[in-house]
Amino acid sequence: MARKVSTQRKVAFTVMAWTIGFLMFFPILWTFLTSFKSEGDAIASPPVFLFFNWTMENYHEVQSRSDYFSHFWNSVVISFGSTLLGLLIAIPAAWAMAFSPTKRTKDVLMWMLSTKMMPPVGALIPIYLIFRDGGLLDSRIGLVVVLTLINLPIIVWMLYTYFKEIPGEILEAARMDGASLMKEVIYVLTPMAVPGIASTLLLNIILAWNEAFWTLNLTTSNAAPLTTFIASYSSPEGLFYAKLSAASTMAIAPIVILGWFSQKQLVRGLTFGAVK
Amino acid sequence: MATTHTRSAARLMMAPSVILLFAWMIVPLGMTIYFSLLRYNLLMPGTEEFTGLLNYEFFLTDPAFFDALKNTLLLVGGVLAISVIGGILMALLLDQPMFGQGIVRILVIAPFFIMPTVAALVWKNMFMNPVNGLFAWLFRLLGAEPLDWLAVAPLTSVVIIVAWQWLPFATLILLTALQSLDEEQKEAAEMDGAGPISKFIYITLPHMARAITVVVLIETIFLLSVFAEILVTTNGGPGTQSTNITYLVYTQALLQFDVGGASAGGIVAVVLANIVAIFLIRMIGKNLEA
Repeated sequence: MARKVSTQRKVAFTVMAWTIGFLMFFPILWTFLTSFKSEGDAIASPPVFLFFNWTMENYHEVQSRSDYFSHFWNSVVISFGSTLLGLLIAIPAAWAMAFSPTKRTKDVLMWMLSTKMMPPVGALIPIYLIFRDGGLLDSRIGLVVVLTLINLPIIVWMLYTYFKEIPGEILEAARMDGASLMKEVIYVLTPMAVPGIASTLLLNIILAWNEAFWTLNLTTSNAAPLTTFIASYSSPEGLFYAKLSAASTMAIAPIVILGWFSQKQLVRGLTFGAVK
Repeated sequence: MATTHTRSAARLMMAPSVILLFAWMIVPLGMTIYFSLLRYNLLMPGTEEFTGLLNYEFFLTDPAFFDALKNTLLLVGGVLAISVIGGILMALLLDQPMFGQGIVRILVIAPFFIMPTVAALVWKNMFMNPVNGLFAWLFRLLGAEPLDWLAVAPLTSVVIIVAWQWLPFATLILLTALQSLDEEQKEAAEMDGAGPISKFIYITLPHMARAITVVVLIETIFLLSVFAEILVTTNGGPGTQSTNITYLVYTQALLQFDVGGASAGGIVAVVLANIVAIFLIRMIGKNLEA
């Protein structure tokens, strides 16, 4: 008897949750569907959902007309470049803070966090002028540097919360057994730290891929990543919904997929360990 | 036991991060403060001169500033209200027993991973367009006159777009917090005869309090700097109806080339963000001790 009621409740919750999930996801689904329509079908009224002539035309068009892949490549270089550079700088720092903390470690961490709080407009003008004078406007190197710096606090913090979970006793045991520092790092620490580093990498690639203040302000064409490329669709000529959808789908697909894998890390990373 | 040797090694390992972040914080900020005290327009090179606080006077008495301040607060407040209230409700729902919970979670969280320019353009064209948008079709279906969203209600439209992106974030964090709630506590309350509402008010809500605070503070930091969504949809208009402070500083700097005035605006934005940041830092700091 009680079981039957709970099944009914379960079905009711399932229907409600799926409805809401579908509504939240609908704009993405709609973009995906529209990307396979002809421009005529894309603006048909009443709208057509599934029964239209599916075509790959838009994907070809976007690729051939706007050099989609050079922008895609810029996004890849900028997000991976800034994340790897950030990891290179942050791993030693997070390591030191997690394994030989001092009285000031907490203050340093807090201070790093506080740099993330500065709104980008506070730095926009000097950075823009420095970039202009240094020939860095619309260059991938310039963006890699800026994105590394804005995400560095998050990288250090995430790594720190992961490293802190590695028990220090294991290191001492290894040291007792006569392991050298090199061996300690390679055989003991690395295997334990890799999952945390991988999560940090993943979240930061997502953040860098979607960053849309500095990329929009510091690039125009040559180094423009997908954020800037898509923004160029804001003043269109003629029919373009299907093409916009195709370009959008290609721009968001890799990250949405990566994002689904990193849900748990996302919570930890974006709340600086305050919610786990 | 940390020896002097490892301690100096630790310092060396931290040095690059600390030095870089220090430079990143202090150099642009120092330059912005310096520029804000100058009359400095890129269109009139060589005419820079010290003007004291004149830029601040102009910026803070400009009617556009009050519009931007109001819009910033409405944008932050609106998105926060939607994402926190909606997030609590959705987290409660997703925490219930159901079929395919994992898939629903994936569907709900997806908008957070969409790049801002894509989100804004998709909403602008495919939903809010007064002729071809889905909303227009829905309105006509219901016999109503389609709305030109971005012209009639520009700020509301931006709030909707941004809220769509941040509601999943709030939901995910609140759900994570909710799932760490001790089942036994709820059962004990049930045995004591607590109904679902009093259980929510006295057990669930206090348990989520810290997560809610974290969501509010972190979203506020990001929402104060909303930029791309405004740039590709309304361009801050009509007039200044959807201009926030970030966008106002951008127009002054990169469209009007008024470096001095824009810098003063940038500093005002920094001060506003710092007020929020103080609370956030305290919260997280407290958590670090625990």
